[in-house]
This record gives sequence, C-alpha cells and structure tokens, in this order.
Amino acid sequence: MSEKNAVPVEVLSPILKRWRNDPSALVQILREVQESLDWISPPVIDALTRALKLPYSKIEGVAGFYSFFYTRPRGHYRVLFADNIVERMAGSAALIERMCRNLWVEKGKVSEDGLLSVDTTSCIGMGDQGPALLVNNLAVPKLTEARIDQLCELIRGKVPLAAWPAELFAVDDNIHQRGLLLDHALAPGDALRAAQARCAWGGAGSGPNALVEALRQARLRGRGGAGYPTALKWESCRNAPLAAGKERIVVCNADEGEPGTFKDRVLLNTQADLVFEGMTVAAHALGAKRGFLYLRGEYRYLLEPLQAVLDRRRAAGLLGRAILGVAGADFDIEIHLGAGAYVCGEESALIESLEGKRGTPRNRPPFPVTNGYLDQPTVVDNVETFACAALIAQHGGECFAGIGTAESTGTKLLSISGDVARPGIYEFPFGVTVGEVLAACGAVDTQAVQVGGPSGTCLGVAEFGRRIAFEDVPSAGAFMVFDSRRDMFEVARNFTHFFAHESCGFCTPCRVGTPLLKNLMDKLANGHGSPYDFAEIENMNHLLRQMSHCGLGHSACNPVLDTIARFRPAYERRLSNQSFEPAFDLDRALAPARQMTGRDDEGAHLSIHCEEDQ
Amino acid sequence: MSEKFTLDGQEILFRAGQTIIQAAQDAGAWIPHLCYHPEFKPHGSCKLCTVTVNGRHMASCTTQAAAGQVVESNTEALNGERRTLLQMLFVEGNHFCPSCEKSGDCKLQATAYELGMMTPHFDHFYPSRPVDASHPEVLLDFNRCILCSLCVRASRDVDGKCVFALSGRGIGTRLVVNAASGRLVDTDVAMDDKALSVCPVGVILKKRRGFAVPIGERTYDQAPISEVKE
Repeated sequence: MSEKNAVPVEVLSPILKRWRNDPSALVQILREVQESLDWISPPVIDALTRALKLPYSKIEGVAGFYSFFYTRPRGHYRVLFADNIVERMAGSAALIERMCRNLWVEKGKVSEDGLLSVDTTSCIGMGDQGPALLVNNLAVPKLTEARIDQLCELIRGKVPLAAWPAELFAVDDNIHQRGLLLDHALAPGDALRAAQARCAWGGAGSGPNALVEALRQARLRGRGGAGYPTALKWESCRNAPLAAGKERIVVCNADEGEPGTFKDRVLLNTQADLVFEGMTVAAHALGAKRGFLYLRGEYRYLLEPLQAVLDRRRAAGLLGRAILGVAGADFDIEIHLGAGAYVCGEESALIESLEGKRGTPRNRPPFPVTNGYLDQPTVVDNVETFACAALIAQHGGECFAGIGTAESTGTKLLSISGDVARPGIYEFPFGVTVGEVLAACGAVDTQAVQVGGPSGTCLGVAEFGRRIAFEDVPSAGAFMVFDSRRDMFEVARNFTHFFAHESCGFCTPCRVGTPLLKNLMDKLANGHGSPYDFAEIENMNHLLRQMSHCGLGHSACNPVLDTIARFRPAYERRLSNQSFEPAFDLDRALAPARQMTGRDDEGAHLSIHCEEDQ
Repeated sequence: MSEKFTLDGQEILFRAGQTIIQAAQDAGAWIPHLCYHPEFKPHGSCKLCTVTVNGRHMASCTTQAAAGQVVESNTEALNGERRTLLQMLFVEGNHFCPSCEKSGDCKLQATAYELGMMTPHFDHFYPSRPVDASHPEVLLDFNRCILCSLCVRASRDVDGKCVFALSGRGIGTRLVVNAASGRLVDTDVAMDDKALSVCPVGVILKKRRGFAVPIGERTYDQAPISEVKE
C-alpha cells in the first residue's frame, strides 16, 4: 500500500457511477469497492459519505454487519473454509490445518506479510462437493490435499485470481433425479406468451387475475420453507394501494443460506431462464416494472453468467421495454449480492439489505406485500417458487395440482449431502418418504437425517416413513444424511455455532441467547456437562421461542432439542457429574498463556501438575 | 377514545393508532421496558415489554392496541422471562453498579430490582469495550451499552444527525460514533443534542458531573421504576 490515506478515485468513480450514486445500493457499492481494494478502509468510507450523502456511522454500521465486508485489512487473498457439519465430516479441519501450516498463517488471523488470511464461514452451498472454500468470495469446491497445495502455491506466488486455472472454480450440478422443474421443455418466452394469452399485462385493473387464479388452482406454496400460498401473496400485493410515485416490486430470494441447501445454486445455473421467466410472470400479474434477484454472496461466481442470461433476454424482447412487443409491458431485473448474512434470507431483512441497510428483520405488520422495498408493495418469493410459477403460467394450475399431496402440490428439489453414495439434487413429488429419498441417493446405515437444515427437523430411523410435505416434514430443500458413525451431539453443536454466528444482534434473546446456547454445548463438549445443563437448554429454548424477533431465534434450539430427544446417549456420555459442573476450567483458561510462551508440554498443563502433587 | 382492551384484568381505553404500551402508560400502568421511550419511534429490540396478547407473546411497544384484546403482563411467567432477558443484558456487557455514576438513575438496574433479579445466572462474556474519553465534555463508557438504540434514534429523529449508530452483528453488535477516527470528539455532536440525554444506562455521561446527587437520593432510590413517570 502506497499512501496510507490515499483514496483511489479511479476505483471508486466507476463503481459509484454504475450504481448511480444511489445510497440504497450501498451494499453493492461496498462489495465492489472491496473486490478492488481488498478492504473497506476509513478513508474509503469517508469518500463514500460524500458521494452518497450518508453519515459515516451509517456506512460503518452496514459494513460492520456483513461478515464478508472487512473494515480492517484481511489480506489480499481471503480464504474462508465452509464450516458446515457436512464439510467437517468430509475432513475440512485437516485441510484448514494443512493450508495454515503450508502458508505459515494462524487460522482467523492475517499473515505477517499481510498477504492472506484463512478462516471459516457458514455453509457456502457446496455440500454435495465439499470440502469447499471461498477465496475472495469465489467458490473452490472438491478440495483435496493436492488441491490445497495447489492453492497455496498460487497464493504464495501472488498469482492474480483471474489467472488461476479455471478448473479450480468448476462447480458441478450433480443432478440425479429430474421431474417437473428440471425436465421441462419450455423455451425462453413460452410461459410469457402463455401468460399474455391468459390475461393482459398488469391484469387489467383490479379484480381476479387469471395468473393469480392459476396459482390458486395449482395450490402453489412458497418453496422457501414457510409454505405460504403464493396466490394469496401475489393477490395481496396486487391489491395493495399504491401511493403516488410508488410501484410494485418483484424480488427473487436467492439468499440460499440454510446450511445443507444448494438447490437454488443448481436452478440458477441450469434454469435461469425459467426463474427469470417466473419473475416476469409475477410482474405481468402485478403490473410491476422493477425486479431484483437477491443472490447470496457465496454465489458470486454466478453473477456474470446470470447477467449474461438477463442480457440475452433483453435482446430477445423478454425483458426491458415492451416485453413481447406489448406496449407498456415494461419490466427489468437487477441482481444484488448478499455479503455473508444468513438472516437476509428472512424476507424483510432481505429488503433492508436491498435498500443498502443492515440486514435486520423489520417489525411486522406492515408486511412486504404492502410496505416492502422502499415502502412499496413487494412480492418476495423463493427461486424455486418462481420456476414453478412459470410452469403454472404455461400449463395451468390443474396439472400442477395433480402432483404431490393435497396440501403440498408439485415437486420439491432436495439438496442431498452427507453420508450418501450420490450427493446432489433430486426432484421428488411432494409426499415422498424420507426412506424413499435415502434409497434413491444410496444411503446405507443411516442413523439420522436433518431435513430443512439446522432450523428444520432431525429425524431418527423410526421416522423414516415420514413424508416431505408441508403437512408432515416441511423443507426448504436441505437433506443432510448421517450414518451410524456420526456423533449427533457434534452435529447439533455445529448448528448452535452457526446460529450464534448468524444472529443479527437486533433482539436481546437471540443476540445473547444464541452464544449462551453455543457455550452450553461447548461446555458439554469439554466434558463439563451435568443434567443441570439439559434444564438450561430447555429454558433457553422456551425463551428464544417466546421472545425472539424472528425465525432465526425461534428455531435456534431445534437441533439441540431434536437430538436430545432422539440421541440422548450422545449427550449423556458427556456428563461428568450427576448434579452440577461449572463451565470454568483453570487449565483451559491458561491456554492463551501457553500460546504466548509457545509451550504445550506436560509441565505447562495445570491438571497434570495437580494430579502429581496429590 | 371509547375502545378498550384488558391488561391484567384492568380495562384500558385507547385511541386509534396507539400501541399497547402507549395506552397502558396513559392509563398509569407499567409494563417493563428499556428500548421503548414515549418520545421516540418504537424499536422493539430489548423485548422486555413482551406481553401476551390473547395468549400470544408480542412486544407491546410495536403491537397496535385493538378492541377486546386480552393482554397479560404482570404474570410470574412473563416476569420470569423478563428476568432472564435482564440477566442476559447484564452478562453481555460489563456492569459494575457500585462504581457506576448512573447507579440509582439507571433503568437497567432499577428494572432488575423491580423484577427481583438476584443474580446474573449466566457466565459473563466480559467483552473488551474501550471507553471513549476523547470529548472534553462527554465520556462514553461502552461497557454498559445495552444496544437499545435510543441515542441512535434521538440523534437521527430529533437532532437530525447520525452521531450514533449500531455496527457489528450478533453478540459483536456495538455502538459506534459518526467519525472516521471512531472518537466522539471528531463527530458533529453538540452539548444540547437530545441524544446525550436519553441513555437509560451509564454509557453517555457528562464529564465533571460525578455524584452531584448522592447515592440514596437518586430517581429510583426515591421510588421504584414502576411508579416513576417517564
């Protein structure tokens, strides 16, 4: 770095110009600034305050919220290993250690020469081809020792990322079973022409809309996990009063952050046209002119390919002005990237992030359908939901409703990872049993399945007859499989670390409760557990469920309660005392001293000394 | 003002648009709270004002009053949950009441007394939060911050500035000031800013004003917080 306080205007100007000096694009501006400058320094924030007319504290607040933004130097190469339980099972810990040793850097810290940092992050959506890492937010999957050594050489040689071998960044789709969505024969524009045949763009005023009616007939429910009827959502947004100068907004939620989920990654890579077509169908029904795809930061590598699809659609008259040549049928889509915040998958937090703010869930009501993006009526739907909507526009609701169960129509994409022969994407009709899914992906000796990710449900063998459906076991798509070798306590402990890392910090119960829960699980892992701790976990669950602001806090205790109920021996063998055991351990408290003195011999350990003295 | 709901069995009249806590305060009923303040837009983050509305937990500062609601607040179950929230706030920061200038005027302390919190219960986090003594007139002791954001809202909504903001995330959430140096003296703060007088705990303190009112004669020494009008 040359001049410490120099602000590279030549870097900032084109970024600011591209985003029209719009403060609501702050998250995108910060992302692009960091891509060029490696971190977001105080002089840069200072320059942004002037350009965007935002206070320094506000920009610092936003930059400080997202885990992929750095307000301190983190090196020119910033390596983040995915730390979901599936990656751990695949041996990520040894690979992290290998890289740290190889590059002479301590995990979590920046190397002495400022060249790089190595750390962990939450699941990056590569559970079917892990272990995986992000380097400057670009995914490198299928890690092996050889691949780690190759990465180390490239980093040591200061080779620019653009010159790294492309095969390092190759991500497989791993589609093993196709259905309605993955096997459709639609060409770009087909569903839009079908929509146009059903009703005029914008649906000709109020009253029933043929597209909404088709969704209602299909009984389509949101694929993000909660299962809200899509027709109701679109109708509420359609009927929401519009203030002067306001418009309706269509948002596609591609912030696929639930650990173990990667189906949206594959949908966007293989079916981007179908997804964008679904968004345009929504615009058609709502009379919306503006749409956003909110793509999780971990999928940064998909940005250019997706933008190319949008360009192609614009050129083909399927996006932009006068879609299909219909005057007034104007709709365009902008892609915004997240920056490492799971909570932004919650729709109101996502909207805050789209507005360039901290991704904190809003107080509701009002709901996004009436007061969403910049206070305008907004529909936020999952990637898969929009893909379904496009198919329904084409084929009608009836044929869609004929698949699946009474309350869960259509198919579901499952992202299968963990102890299976063929991890990847499987499309099943709703109502498929867990056992059928396990057979399809080649799972043997399975002891548990985590359906729907950490905030979902953990099922044991006795429950493998249960069905994937909103009325039984709902799932946004994650399906993590654990065979009998796995320690289900460690699975749950990994998830508590996840929730503590991802809590937005807005409300007291979740901000403090999730790290307290994590500490409780660590206490058990350290051999300091007692039955007293079970009661503590129960109390924490009760509080988080009753008092938390959003679903993250509500479900943060699920994995622990589920595994205690089903795999209690995994907990019990960690209890060292039958009444109470304090968390504090004097020998462990001396670890920083051992690290400072570079000692780890027997004499540097207190417990061993004590035993000798006795 | 003819519509009403019941709060712990007592009928409460409310005006259209009022939240449950606003109507309750007008009627002289106390619902414990920390991030709520009648002069500012409700935030809904401390969750201390959570009540049950027709059996469901809701933050009373962000929930609109509606006719016929059955609201419960002063129950052993709810007060127990509130005690846990208070314990969480105490262990999250570094609170040493006996040496704090705000002792006796502190809403966190007074609410903990009122709800009978006897111990912190949880292990302390002992975060490292350096104080900011850069300003000649004002001391910021972040150790006591409970992230209620009242100073943030006061600065933004009343003073028309952004002297304070929240940064970080999760347990690492922290109060920051509006300056590249991170120091209050370099911000546009003015001594008559509303933001300097709304802190419910002992973060924002005027310098050279220590112990002007002796311990024992302070606000909540005179009367419990449930009886002190805001």
